[in-house]
Amino acid sequence: MPAVNTASLPDIVFMLLFFFMVTTVMKDTDLLIKQQIPKASEIKKLEQKKLVSYIYVGKSKDGKFGDVIQLNDKIAEIKDIRNFILDKRSKVAQNELPRLTTSIKADIKNEVGTIFDIKKELREIEALKINYSANPSARIQ
Amino acid sequence: MSRRDIPEINAGSMADIAFLLLIFFLVTTTMDIDAGIPRKLPPKADPNIKPPILKEKNVFIVNVNKDGVILVEGKDYMKVNQIKDAAMAFLDNGGGKGKDGNPCNYCEGKRLEKSSVHPNKAVISLQSSRSTKHGIYIQVTNELVRAYNELRERESQKLYKESYVDLLARAKKNPKNEALKIKVETVKERFPMLLSEAEPIKIE
Repeated sequence: MPAVNTASLPDIVFMLLFFFMVTTVMKDTDLLIKQQIPKASEIKKLEQKKLVSYIYVGKSKDGKFGDVIQLNDKIAEIKDIRNFILDKRSKVAQNELPRLTTSIKADIKNEVGTIFDIKKELREIEALKINYSANPSARIQ
Repeated sequence: MSRRDIPEINAGSMADIAFLLLIFFLVTTTMDIDAGIPRKLPPKADPNIKPPILKEKNVFIVNVNKDGVILVEGKDYMKVNQIKDAAMAFLDNGGGKGKDGNPCNYCEGKRLEKSSVHPNKAVISLQSSRSTKHGIYIQVTNELVRAYNELRERESQKLYKESYVDLLARAKKNPKNEALKIKVETVKERFPMLLSEAEPIKIE
């Protein structure tokens, strides 16, 4: 039996390697909070990442009581959301403004009250499209 | 002086090195799919406009308390997996006349007197307390959204013999196709998503 020629093996492997190198996204924001995202079945994918502002809500890492909000790379407060969204708006083209979405990534143990305060603030500045971040799961029977 | 030949570099281990890198990237890559339940917030409340008065039978109240106990219509305790069917029965009831004065001719519900009159008048109200946990709240929201989705699915099959999910996907791919847009709107209009998330009540 003739030996299989493996000379092109490195090429194939390199091709795969480049594919993964290009598609890998290094996470852009470091989470400063602990969180476990809820699961849901009726979810839709968020398409254009640059049109999405993320509001992270979770528990503080040092185990302190209460819910913590994170915007970009900083721990923030409810009142900071306004500027955060307005800042995002200023970076987006005029015709894409109506498609701006706010994704609320919250921990399953957060209180609805905190989330509601966020929603109230978003309503104030008319950022009405929101998305409750969730991981995909099967429908329950 | 004789020139020494430049020795060839042995490329035999190249594959191994590449493999090692490949495995590293394979392991570290997270295909970051960001997904969630899309919702639309109501616009800022105008103090001059009074909220419309809804008949009690047209409102389906789901209350989630701080311990994650779910109370439906103020009398039935339910588990998460029961909510969807109860909500579907309520929306699909069609016991009277809708906004335009016509009865619901596509509803397959029991047409009970004391339940909703028409899907375009039926409102689901999700109530909670401030210390309700986000996890259970999302589970309940998910089930309520699912009730709408399943009803729309049914209508889409009835009208166009096509699944609603496929219809939406096709409409998104061909944004200029007006016929598809109209189809999607027709299905949506049959069961408009009237899901209100009320301000949580503070319990001391």
